[in-house]
Amino acid sequence: MSGPLAQTQPGEPVIPDFGEGSECVVENRLFCPDWVRDNWSGVLQPALLEHVKLTLIAVAIGFAIALAAALVTHRFRLAEKPFVAFSAVVYTIPSLALFQLLVPVTGLTVTTVEVALVGYTLLILYRNVLEGLRGVPADVLEAARGMGLTRRQTLWRVELPLAVPAIMAGLRVAVVSTIALATVAALVIPEGLGYPIFLALREAFKTEIIVAGALAVGLALAADALLVLAERALTPWARARRTA
Amino acid sequence: MSGGAAEIAFDRVTKRYPGRAEPAVRELTLTVPAGEICCLVGPSGAGKTTAMKLVNRLIDITEGDITIGGTSVRSLDVTGLRRGIGYVIQQVGLFPHMSVADNVATVPRLLGWPKERSAARVDELLDLVDLPADDYRARFPSQLSGGERQRVGLARALAADPPVMLMDEPFGALDPITRARLQHELLRIQSTLRKTILFVTHDIDEAILIGDRIAILREGGVLAQYDTPEALLERPADEFVARFLGADRGLKLLALRRLDELELAPLDGADGPGADGSTTLRDALSLMITAGSRSLVVLDGDGRARGVVTLDVLAGLAE
Repeated sequence: MSGPLAQTQPGEPVIPDFGEGSECVVENRLFCPDWVRDNWSGVLQPALLEHVKLTLIAVAIGFAIALAAALVTHRFRLAEKPFVAFSAVVYTIPSLALFQLLVPVTGLTVTTVEVALVGYTLLILYRNVLEGLRGVPADVLEAARGMGLTRRQTLWRVELPLAVPAIMAGLRVAVVSTIALATVAALVIPEGLGYPIFLALREAFKTEIIVAGALAVGLALAADALLVLAERALTPWARARRTA
Repeated sequence: MSGGAAEIAFDRVTKRYPGRAEPAVRELTLTVPAGEICCLVGPSGAGKTTAMKLVNRLIDITEGDITIGGTSVRSLDVTGLRRGIGYVIQQVGLFPHMSVADNVATVPRLLGWPKERSAARVDELLDLVDLPADDYRARFPSQLSGGERQRVGLARALAADPPVMLMDEPFGALDPITRARLQHELLRIQSTLRKTILFVTHDIDEAILIGDRIAILREGGVLAQYDTPEALLERPADEFVARFLGADRGLKLLALRRLDELELAPLDGADGPGADGSTTLRDALSLMITAGSRSLVVLDGDGRARGVVTLDVLAGLAE
């Protein structure tokens, strides 16, 4: 058994104090269902909801910025390089370092966390929206123009609907990676599934680490599945194949 | 601009692209009478598609003017102009995310037609292009064959009943059998609708079949000749036009006429293969050659001999 026992010095108590609890909890076994039952409404559920909220806000803001930037770029090609450069640089900064950079400016706040999380969504969302807009076949655009659709009508009625598959692909990656990244938010604020993991790590309390981690993974899978369903509902045409 | 047909007139139209010494279209003057099909043909680089796109201002005119029913295209709002002109392209350009019905209803929706009127028009047009509405209305373009897509493309262009249609090699990407079928469908539809159609093709046989008139353009966007198919084949204006029509232009001319149009010689015991009066002269010639005969017997509907056509008569037709 590694962990706390291996690191303890002679003379210190060998078994850390895991507080009042069952034998399972006191002995810090791999997984204690009773602890989960006792702490669901007090610890785990609030952390899960906070995690969902952190993710939703980050992806929503990130998507809004990326969409606006992609629309500008779609119209004015020159805007592409600066935006890609900016979002790629943000993307490459390690998250811990980014939090460190932001804390002096925005403090130990949700803002710090959201700015970082939004930053990481930009590159993937921007690229996918732009790729989707640019993937519209030339003949479709020519027909649209030839029939007298204005630029705006072409965008809303033709280009954006046809970009939905690429946009949804970007959203799936952005949501899943934001859910994973948001656990790191616990370094800044006591929110999200990262916080119980953070606390449990100090004491090497296995059940809490495993359950909080599993919730993060489950949340990512569930969110991804929801987005797949949403994409199917939005793009019936993409799955229509020749029936004849 | 809706319903009926309108004359299209090019008046000394020139298109110059910046940075190019030679214009793409040079002083083009031609008039397509209302209700006729004008085929624009010529080698690549002759500016036929450019000339067509000047009409709905997908490309801007440099000099000169084009009028539709007497109104300059330059004086109209560009989106309004385009909504009043049917537009069909080779790659069709159906909207992949919209059903057949929504595709066809595109322009009526832009024009703000009430839903019921659009829906009724969609069904009417799908029937016109021989796609049963109940079967096809809800399909997506990915569920159609190439020929069916172009039928929908044609229905979509006709949706708001425009007086003028522009067709850019609409059948160029189809297999020969589907192409032939659609060419005849277009002629059938045109025989009732009587639109003014500007039809770009690089296929001279298609132009001869479809066009009431043919405009042959040469490199540099210069009009080489503008005439009916018969007149072009009989009297090409110059060597370029003759070469473009092909060495078999005599046969093409024969293909335009049928045995019924000839004055027949009396039978007089003449011999040869038989053919009925709807046979083209080209096929009649072919029959004589394969039978090794200098004459052919024209039959009536009951298979009785009506008279005789000789090789000499066919050879003397273009005089």
